[in-house]
Amino acid sequence: MIDARDSALAGIASDFPILGRPTSRGHRLVYLDSAATSQKPRSVIDALSTYYEEYNANIHRGVYEIAARATDAFELARAKIATFINARDSEVVFTRNTTEAINLVAYAWGNANVKAGDAILVSELEHHSNLVPWQMLAQRTGAELRFIPVDERGLLVLEDLDHLLDGCKLVAIGHASNALGTIAPLDVIIPRAHAAGALVLVDGAQGAPHFGLDVKTLDADFYAFSGHKMLGPTGIGVLYAKHVLLDAMPPFLTGGDMIHRVGYRHSTFNTPPWKFEAGTSNVADAIGLGVAVDYLSNIGMDVVRQHERDLTAYALARLEEFEGRGLDVYGPRDADRISGVISFNLGDIHAHDLASILDTEGICIRAGHHCAMPLMDKMGWAATARASFYLYNTQADVDALMDGLHAAARIFKI
Amino acid sequence: MDDFYRDFILDHYRNPRNFGHLEHADASAEDVNPLCGDEIRMEIAVGSNGEVTDIRFSGKGCAISQASASMLTESVVGMKLEDVARLSKEVVLENVGIGISPTRMKCAMLGLRVLKSAAIGEIAGWPDEER
Repeated sequence: MIDARDSALAGIASDFPILGRPTSRGHRLVYLDSAATSQKPRSVIDALSTYYEEYNANIHRGVYEIAARATDAFELARAKIATFINARDSEVVFTRNTTEAINLVAYAWGNANVKAGDAILVSELEHHSNLVPWQMLAQRTGAELRFIPVDERGLLVLEDLDHLLDGCKLVAIGHASNALGTIAPLDVIIPRAHAAGALVLVDGAQGAPHFGLDVKTLDADFYAFSGHKMLGPTGIGVLYAKHVLLDAMPPFLTGGDMIHRVGYRHSTFNTPPWKFEAGTSNVADAIGLGVAVDYLSNIGMDVVRQHERDLTAYALARLEEFEGRGLDVYGPRDADRISGVISFNLGDIHAHDLASILDTEGICIRAGHHCAMPLMDKMGWAATARASFYLYNTQADVDALMDGLHAAARIFKI
Repeated sequence: MDDFYRDFILDHYRNPRNFGHLEHADASAEDVNPLCGDEIRMEIAVGSNGEVTDIRFSGKGCAISQASASMLTESVVGMKLEDVARLSKEVVLENVGIGISPTRMKCAMLGLRVLKSAAIGEIAGWPDEER
């Protein structure tokens, strides 16, 4: 059993209240959509209500006791996240989510540093959130948007990378593809981008939840991620950026809390990270994300990654039961090269029909274009079914998925 | 939901009726369900008494959207265009004969939405057409 091998993960499903609640049809909830959002452990849920019940106050200004406690908890959450990714506290900017973090860079850094004739390089695998902001920046500035191509197995083709990097100001690349799971070879791309004079932004929405992260070793200039995909609440995300970049960048959103001195006509701004956190912050959810990071740290990200790899390998092996019955598995089909994401179709069963049938068994998968419409168009896929795994999933969850797929195949007579 | 996928539904999904295009369509419309990417196009030929004399649909998508559209085309041949414009969702629900979950209702209704658009557009005139 995969689960028993990881003693650190034995029985952790019981830490997640939702996984103990049967569905309306009385089935065990088999949650295989963590690439969309993760479930939350009891400790994170409790941290939110504790904040609201015991010390709800605005931060960075109150002199009374609960305001000081709220400020301390908020800044402690920042420090925990900084330690989690090996950054300095001042390099952790709270945002709403990955999308807002990427937009922060596209506007604050992009408007000041990208001009007509420059190039911005993304890959053909990108989620819309790491594509559309760069389309808009290119339109604003007259810069050229270029693409690292993807082959038919969903792997990035780096043969022309040096040519693509010529004249490039920024490479924006996903750590792992939400649609196919493909892990980007950042250890190859980042040094070569830097050698060519380009900065690198990593869309870590599918990275930070799954891989032990050391931004210093990775040497990314920007790394964006969302709290809700890594056991934290919705509405809180992080932009990591090298301090020297944050220091030089103009602010993104402006207003309260991000200022140093304000006059009627001119203002000066606070230092990073607060320069980029205008208005009252999402205090409760930042604290919740800090607790989520505690939870992941206690288990260890190496254990998380190994567990997901093992579950993915097991699922890929069991999917072979459907060979010869019209099974298509998209992406690399190699657990070492993908995060815990498997995209597939079974016969002529449309992915939405498959998801509906599995739903009646309590099994939650995603169906559709996975916010990667250009990739789907290029590959000629109308829609795919996607199962994604996280630390609380078990071999029994994969077995339930396979039983559900056999049931769907019977219903559709394939 | 698994009860939904009965033989006649799968038959309409795999062998859709009135699938394709008309050589001369008097009315047509198309739409997509942006969340799931289902696509339907409807083309109608209208007789001298304002009745549907022929119909074709085309598109791609899940069994619910495609089978519902296929059955709908069979339901409306001979029907007055103004009655097509007034069709309610009951016609689709009667065709499929079993409850559709709320999350899939948009799939089931896509064909009806497009068909009614074509009929209403023909009766009232599209904004870009001189009447």
